[in-house]
Amino acid sequence: MSAQPGESALAAAARGVSGEAVSFSRLLARRFLRNRLAVAAGIFLVLLALAALAAPLAAALFGAPSQIDLLAIGQPPSLAHPLGTDELGRDLLVRLLYGGRVSLAVGLMAALCAAVIGTSLGLLAGYFGGRLDSLLMRFADSVIALPLLPLLIVLAAVDLGELGIPASIAQSEDVSLYRIVFLIALVGWTTVARLVRGATLSLKQREYVRAAEALGASHLRLMAVHILPNAVSPIIVATTLSVGNIILLESVLSFLGLGIQPPIPSWGNMLTGAQEVIWSNPMLAVWPGLFIFLTVIGFNLLGDGLQDALDPRSTISRRALRTRAAGKSVTPS
Amino acid sequence: MGRYLLRRASESLLVLFIMSFVIYGLLGLMPGDPVEMMVQANPNLTAGDIQQLREIHGIDRPILERYLAWLGSALSGDLGYSRLFAVPVEEVLLPRLGNTLLLMGAAFVLAFAIALPAGIAAARRPWSAVDGLVNLTAFAGISVPPFWLAILLIILFSVSLGWLPAGGMGQGGLGSTLLYMVLPVATLCLAAVGSHIRFVRAAMMEALRQDHIRTARAKGLSERQVVYGHALGNAMIPIVTILALDFGTLFSGALITETMFGWLGMGKTIYDAIMGNDYNLALVGLLLATIVVLLANLLADLAYGWLDPRVSYR
Repeated sequence: MSAQPGESALAAAARGVSGEAVSFSRLLARRFLRNRLAVAAGIFLVLLALAALAAPLAAALFGAPSQIDLLAIGQPPSLAHPLGTDELGRDLLVRLLYGGRVSLAVGLMAALCAAVIGTSLGLLAGYFGGRLDSLLMRFADSVIALPLLPLLIVLAAVDLGELGIPASIAQSEDVSLYRIVFLIALVGWTTVARLVRGATLSLKQREYVRAAEALGASHLRLMAVHILPNAVSPIIVATTLSVGNIILLESVLSFLGLGIQPPIPSWGNMLTGAQEVIWSNPMLAVWPGLFIFLTVIGFNLLGDGLQDALDPRSTISRRALRTRAAGKSVTPS
Repeated sequence: MGRYLLRRASESLLVLFIMSFVIYGLLGLMPGDPVEMMVQANPNLTAGDIQQLREIHGIDRPILERYLAWLGSALSGDLGYSRLFAVPVEEVLLPRLGNTLLLMGAAFVLAFAIALPAGIAAARRPWSAVDGLVNLTAFAGISVPPFWLAILLIILFSVSLGWLPAGGMGQGGLGSTLLYMVLPVATLCLAAVGSHIRFVRAAMMEALRQDHIRTARAKGLSERQVVYGHALGNAMIPIVTILALDFGTLFSGALITETMFGWLGMGKTIYDAIMGNDYNLALVGLLLATIVVLLANLLADLAYGWLDPRVSYR
């Protein structure tokens, strides 16, 4: 697209159509940066990730996350403990940062696993169609329809020892983290699968794909080289949005005692402890929840901004839209 | 229509059967089994007694055989006893299903009553200040952890102000029940309202984009007539469908809310049953929850055709 003849550069710019040649990534960046809320969310998440990475530093200053000090229970904020101490005298800030590591790791890993599973199944279903398609999509429908949380609780309560997994692994500390990643990926792939299937269905009918097919490209090559790269935007958006959801699920399961197990601190299991002292020290229950809330809303706003930037229908700038009569031409959210 | 209904119902039944087997198998993989619980309770049992007990309860048999035996008796109306409550499981579950539906119904109606006007207001003026505010509120609602919301409400209204009870069901009677319902319903409503607003806003925007809306505006109808007379009807089709499909999410929210507030509903019962190794109760409770959600999905499909005459069932 370029400026139409007789149109001033300003009017063209207001339509989001620029005269100069702009690379796709520049255009994306420009569209994304226009959404101030999404940019703020992105900056917040980067800062949070950096703070979580620096958790050992904070631990060196204020005490290790599992260092119980029964003489310093429930202290108010001070220089020695910037956010005070919890019900066992552990430094709250250090535990929040370590909890952030867990939440971000679980969220990103599970979202990535779910995206890989969903993309593969969606590609297969959309590309081959027929029986495989209807079977996979009925399966996805059923998974979506089920009451998720009760099911996850049962899955999280399964004894790994009974599945034939050696006790040394089944009872190690880190296993609760990988197990929750696995469980969430197991039920979380459906959104991406449906999006990729939809995109594949329409992409495989395009001329360039038919041409590649006529030239003798294999099924795998058609899917991986010709179809997948064009279906990448919805995958990115859905995966970003799912990170927030996954962090919420992880915190709920950890809170109920079925997710990340103490002594590993997570925002969810910190709230379990705080709930018991809610009458004497309510602030302990405020902080971990606030971190969950801000992180999840951060990922949701970021995903929303990415969606607006990646959606080809959103080339019209928002300022131009505002001046128009309400509701005549809008982009879907 | 009849054939379509039959096909969808049989599909739902198939999902239910598969679920019953999966849940049965998963519960068998939880730590401990009924006989181990008896052994812990009675140290005088000998190895021979334990073996005998395992045979009586059929735990030594393969899982498929056990499942089929359970299925046979379940289909003939014998759902087994609850270990925690020592009564047949249906006597525990049915009143609690009522409690859950009461909680979910109130929260759903309230959330919808908030989401509909908010979503419409946002969709009428996209990217205006109103839309921005509604959108941010919706995102906040989606992103807030429901159990933390419950804790905050308890801190505010029970600990600090002392206005409302922090949990429980009340002493019976309408006034008492309503008083105890306020905080759980508020939690569940706030947890659901964000996604409801997003659904309404998206559906309304899509409806306002249609050609017949332009025609309606062109012939000089007032904005009110355009929005409520012409757009809303079309927007309701996806809204009703998505909200009914979202029933499973609402149920998950109910589980957290009930656990937080000690509301004796299905969600809390399922959670307690799993944590307390009450296999029968957990199994039947989970299946009952699945049935309710599948029924809601089936109704959503039917409502879709009822609201939209363009849809034909094949």
